[in-house]
Amino acid sequence: MFKSAIIGLLSMMAVLLLPQMAKAEYADVVINNYSDAAGMRPAVFPHWYHRIRFRCKVCHADLGFEFKAGGNKITMAKIIDGQFCGACHNGEISWSVENCGMCHSGIPGTPTSIHGSTVQRLVAPTYKALDGKSKPK
Amino acid sequence: MNIGKKLLISVAVGSVLLFAGTIATAAEQKTAKKVEKKGNVSSANTFNRLLKKEKMRNAGPADDGVHDAANDSTHVLQPPLIAYDGLPPSDFGNYINWVKALDGGQLKPRYDLSDPDVEPLIMDLNIVREVKASVADVVFPHKPHTQWLHCSNCHPKIFIPQRNANVMSMSAILLGQKCGVCHGKVSFPITTKSCKVCHSKPKPKDWKPPKSEASLQTPWR
Repeated sequence: MFKSAIIGLLSMMAVLLLPQMAKAEYADVVINNYSDAAGMRPAVFPHWYHRIRFRCKVCHADLGFEFKAGGNKITMAKIIDGQFCGACHNGEISWSVENCGMCHSGIPGTPTSIHGSTVQRLVAPTYKALDGKSKPK
Repeated sequence: MNIGKKLLISVAVGSVLLFAGTIATAAEQKTAKKVEKKGNVSSANTFNRLLKKEKMRNAGPADDGVHDAANDSTHVLQPPLIAYDGLPPSDFGNYINWVKALDGGQLKPRYDLSDPDVEPLIMDLNIVREVKASVADVVFPHKPHTQWLHCSNCHPKIFIPQRNANVMSMSAILLGQKCGVCHGKVSFPITTKSCKVCHSKPKPKDWKPPKSEASLQTPWR
């Protein structure tokens, strides 16, 4: 009895402590090109929120965002300069850059990746590295 | 005296019953232990070992495993389910049929950064791509794509705008090339439930799968 109870408790603990599969919304992009190294949380970009307000064309044709997670080498200097996110997040169309934590809200150490992608859902682990630029730990 | 006797008897009976009960429970425990041992298979033999299932659809920012709950602003971010209220559902991706939402007028995303009145440049042209395998042929509709995107997003970098110039395979798409640049990342993903969205033109009734070179060359056929 005690043994089974202890085993049960331990397995519960293991389930709770093991790194769980991220349940992030489909197409949420974690951008961690430079954040971790700069001591900031990685930025999280919710595609769903932005596609309700804008068509893909606005960012991916007009603003020049590449179709690749982490492929744009976005820095805060560029954003303040009005490039990439800074085209809207300037206090005119959307809130301005002083709201650091609104974008930089990811769990520290999360690699650059797009969540829920088909490549991520493949069971063969060799393909996982193709999805994000950083190597899986 | 009679009452005392009755009491004694009842106590005795009670204790006997209790004892019997404990014996019975002990026996049950023993059999249970035996059953447990019988059914004790290796933990390697779990059911659906490689099936990763989402435990929670459209989780809020604080519980989605990507946002840091220790960050105050995380709790200010909008949970997706609130925003999806009233949008047509689907079986995959965000579980929202974005194209239908746009057609039905539930969504009015801007085509221009600041001017909400700019109309998109829509092209209504279906491209049929014949598939070698037995699955239905692919019909590519330009209309929903041009509603969201600009020509320059796909042409000429991803798709050469010329007949028979684009060689495609499902494995390439699954690994993020061609259609897979968006489908499987942002737009609807490749799952068993979504095959027929693209593979939508059934093969003619007299269609037979082409024989592979290897089987044609086998002398005993």
